[in-house]
Order: sequence, then structure tokens, then C-alpha cells
Amino acid sequence: MSIIFEKTVAGRRGARLSKSDVPPAEPIEARYSRSSALQLCELSELDVVRHFTELSRRNFGVDTNFYPLGSCTMKYNPKVFEKIAHLKGFFSLHPLLPQLRGAGLLTQGALAVIYELEKLLCEITGMDAFTLHPMAGAQGELTGMLIVAAYHKYKNNRKTEVLIPDEAHGTNPSSAATAGYHVREVATNRKTGFIDLQALESAMGEHTAALMLTNPNTLGIFVSNIEEIAKLAKKHDCLLYYDGANLNAVLGRFRPGDVFFDIVHVNLHKTFATPHGGGGPGAGPVGVRKNLERFLPISRVVKRDDNTYKLEYDYPDSIGYVAPFYGNFLVCLRAYAYILTLGAQGLRRVSDNAVLNANYILHSLKDLFHAPYPDGCMHECVLSAQKQTEREIRAIDIAKALIDEGFHPPTAYFPLIVKEALMIEPTETESKETLDAFIAAMRKIAEKAETNPAELRAAPRTTPVGRLDETKAAREMDIRY
Amino acid sequence: MVSEECLYTKTHEWVRIEGELAVVGITDHAQRALGDITFIELPQLHVEVERGKECATIESVKAASDIYAPISGEVFEVNASLEGAPEKINHDPYGEGWIFKLKDYNRNHLSSLLNASAYEAFLESEA
Repeated sequence: MSIIFEKTVAGRRGARLSKSDVPPAEPIEARYSRSSALQLCELSELDVVRHFTELSRRNFGVDTNFYPLGSCTMKYNPKVFEKIAHLKGFFSLHPLLPQLRGAGLLTQGALAVIYELEKLLCEITGMDAFTLHPMAGAQGELTGMLIVAAYHKYKNNRKTEVLIPDEAHGTNPSSAATAGYHVREVATNRKTGFIDLQALESAMGEHTAALMLTNPNTLGIFVSNIEEIAKLAKKHDCLLYYDGANLNAVLGRFRPGDVFFDIVHVNLHKTFATPHGGGGPGAGPVGVRKNLERFLPISRVVKRDDNTYKLEYDYPDSIGYVAPFYGNFLVCLRAYAYILTLGAQGLRRVSDNAVLNANYILHSLKDLFHAPYPDGCMHECVLSAQKQTEREIRAIDIAKALIDEGFHPPTAYFPLIVKEALMIEPTETESKETLDAFIAAMRKIAEKAETNPAELRAAPRTTPVGRLDETKAAREMDIRY
Repeated sequence: MVSEECLYTKTHEWVRIEGELAVVGITDHAQRALGDITFIELPQLHVEVERGKECATIESVKAASDIYAPISGEVFEVNASLEGAPEKINHDPYGEGWIFKLKDYNRNHLSSLLNASAYEAFLESEA
């Protein structure tokens, strides 16, 4: 289809404005006025409606299809939480209202949501205090790393390095580096699928500020030697950072705070059903142990003796502001409603079903696809197209062929330590019928890799455009009309 | 595919001695694993690189990776033509796809590198 600028018809209008009866202002100085003609679309309202409706019909999302993008947790978010976030009392609240003298009473509901969600996240993760300010998972990581730095500065520790396993999400090293730390990678034990204790022991020392761990990790495996890791870390006054990207696998079963983690961030959009990424905005609350609470960002919501709430800013050791106002409040509100709706039992069932669904896929496909860790997984499973490479079929071909079958491709080529990786995360919100259809599609593709590999290499065929030249797109970026 | 004229690291760089200079690139195995290369950040001229430390970055459609200095030395020349045509690394990793040249390099470091057959054996063991 053509883009909207190509549909322009000279002189066509969507609306006709009456003649202005306001006298023209002073003419704009020549140096401020544009030298070339303004390129605007000239279209009728109907042209525009049809254009964008057509675009929306080509959109692919969880509301239309299965979206097993590993590590991203593309689960379905019930619409009722959207409705709650649009309640006028929350939606129309001005963020400066609590700052006005006497107006604090008008914002008690919103402040209570912040206060109570912090308490709920503490209970879920086993931490002592939370901030809701970070506006994305990655910003939560950076906030966590700044707290690490504040802690070591407070103690006069000279620390220079953060340790990160080689399977970690790319945000971990970038957050640590942005906070000023040198990053050192620690190898994964290929047998167990999680961090190698020996490698960790030799990498860790007096200079180690923190160890960042995701549990379960990006291979979908639960890191079970966490107590030994913690012992090692405590010996060097190294803080343990829990990347909550995969918290949705362990709700009600495992709390990072119970096994010595010092700092936690939670991706509300992954675990607690708030909007994702560009459709967001996001939220990445950070939780800490009691001894780190003094470093949390400001403001904080505190409860007065009379059970009312107020904003408090007087924390001299705080790392300061990380977000305007109070973070993405309406996103946090959705998560609050989600947690209250499901309750403790419901949240546990979220994780149980997410793990069950991923294992169902792993065990239904491991005969046809190489599975580096075939025995079981948590909420996502990592397969590899290694067997198919003998027929010159790679992970990318399988991913593209899935589009023709009506499915969003899984994450491909991540984690980096698995060759030709396909990382599949079905989430708890999909039915067995959907999983079976996906499994059938994957089996069909594996068969085609044997009988007709050329067809897979030409996929996708059913999309508005076929196989894109990703190399050319990266080398010769051209994004302006 | 390996070249008999080169020495190798376990992180998939190669070194070839040409007179006073040591030429460095990434192996055929490495370019294959990376896929189509889209961008390379070359080392700076005249800086001292240290064996085992990252000295350049390479990006493909799949991932970004570091290139480690196989031996210590001073960067004498970089293959600036790669900035406009990084695909040379895919097409000819041991030839036109060379990345940088070192002078005054540490000769003692050469003995720690793998020869062609040892590197091939290493690749087999990793597979």
C-alpha cells in the first residue's frame, strides 16, 4: 500500500475553515520563516480514515494473534485494567496537585495507590521498601546501579566492577556501564545452564560492586545455586541485584528477598499486565533491603499517624530524582488493580500456568528441534535451529515461516550463547488449542526444512512485503520521506 | 575454512605476520556466526592495544560483539574501507576483510596463539 503522502490530491480538503476575522499578527521575521514549501497531505477526512483503518488491519498484536516472543512476556492484558486507569479521578489528576497547599487531601486516593502498591511489591519480592519512579525496566536497572554506587560511597568502599553472566539481557551491562562501572562477563556452565560458580569465584574480588542476576535466567532455567552465590558475594561486600525480567515465572514460589538479594527491579509490563514498550509507557519499580532504603529516589509516599498520606522529600542520602513527578502513575495503577484482582492464589497460578505452557511446548518440539536444555524449563524454552542448518535452514528462516502460519516469531538469536536460538515464551494467557496450533506449525516447518527448504528461505509470502533485506536496512538506513 | 598462514585466538580473531607488521581480522567461522555485518567501530590509530582486551566493536543483523586484541602492540593502520563496506569481512575475512595492523607488537605473545590445525580442532570441540 502507498504511504499517506503519496495519496495527496492537490487542493483536496478535510474541512473548510471560515474566513478569519482576527487581524493578522506582525509578520514573522525572515530568519524564522521556512524557505521551502510545507509538505502537508491534502486529503479528505474519509481518505484519512480509510488509510489508517487499513494500516490498523495490518497490525499484529496479542489482541489478534499468538505472540510467543521469548523474554518479552507478550501476555494478554485484561481490558478491565484499562478501564480502571481511565477512571476520571485518576486519569484527570494533575501531578502538581499534591504540591499545592491544602490540596494534598484531594490526592489521597492516588497517594494510597502508590503506598499500597509499594507494600504489595515488597510482599511479592520479599524486599523492605520500593520506589515506583523508574519509568521502564532499564531505568529501574540504572536506578538500582545508582543505589549500588551510593551504598559503596556511603561505606567508603572502592569498587569498580559489576559482574554479569554471559546469558544476561543486554540492558544489564549497559545499565552498569551507564552508572560508571566496568562490566565483567561471567561464563555460564554449559551443563547446568546457569552461572558457573568457579568462574564467578575467580572473577569476584574486593573490587566487585555488584552481581546482576536474572532468575530464572534467559535460558529459562532456575538458578538453584543462589545461596552459594550469595555467600560468595557477602564475603566481598558485593551487592546482589535481581533483574525481575522473569519474575512472572516464580510468583508465589520464590522471593528474591528470601535468598539474600539486596536490590530488585520489576517490569510491571511483563509480570503485572500493564502495556508494553512503544505502546506503554513502561514502569520498572525498584525494591531494596532496609539498609538501602535511605538511598531510594525521592519523592516517597509516607503514611501519617492519622492514616492519611503525604509526599516526603527529606532524604539526604537519596540518589535524588530519577523521573518527573511520581513515575508512570497510571501504569502503576493498572498493576495495582491486577494484583488485587488476582490475589496471592491467582498470582501463583499465573506463574504455574506460564511454566506449564512453556514446558508443554518444549516437550512437544524437542524431538524435531535441538534443545540445549531438554529436561525442563521455567516460563520460556530455548530451542535451536542447529539440526536444520544441515539443510541450510537457519533460525531466521523458521521465524519468517511462522509469520505465514499466522504466528509472531519467537525471539531469535538470543540468548547469544545458544547457536541459532529460538526463544519461545507462550505466557499463561494462551489456551491449549493455541499452543497446539503453534506446535503443529513448528512441526510443519521442521518437515518442510527436510522436504522443501527453498520455500522456507522465501518466507514470508503472506505479508504486505516479503523477506526484508535486514542488512541493507541496517547499512543504508533511509527513514525519511 | 581456516588459512594456514594465520595464527588464531579462541575468541576467533586471526593474526598474520607481514614483515614488521601483524595483521588482525576475524575468522571465517566468526563472520559466519555473526551473519551479515552492518557496522564496525575500528580501533584508533597509534593507540596501544593490550592482549585479550577489547579494541574494536562489530555489529551484525544478529548482535554486537567485541573484537579482542590477540597480541599487544601499537595500532599502525586500520582498514578504513570497512566503514563503508563492512560486508568485506563476510566475503573475504582473511583478505580484504582485515581489520587493523599492529607494529612493535609483542612477539612473545605469538606463542600463545593457536595454529590453523589447533584452531580447527578447537572449533570441532566447540561444535
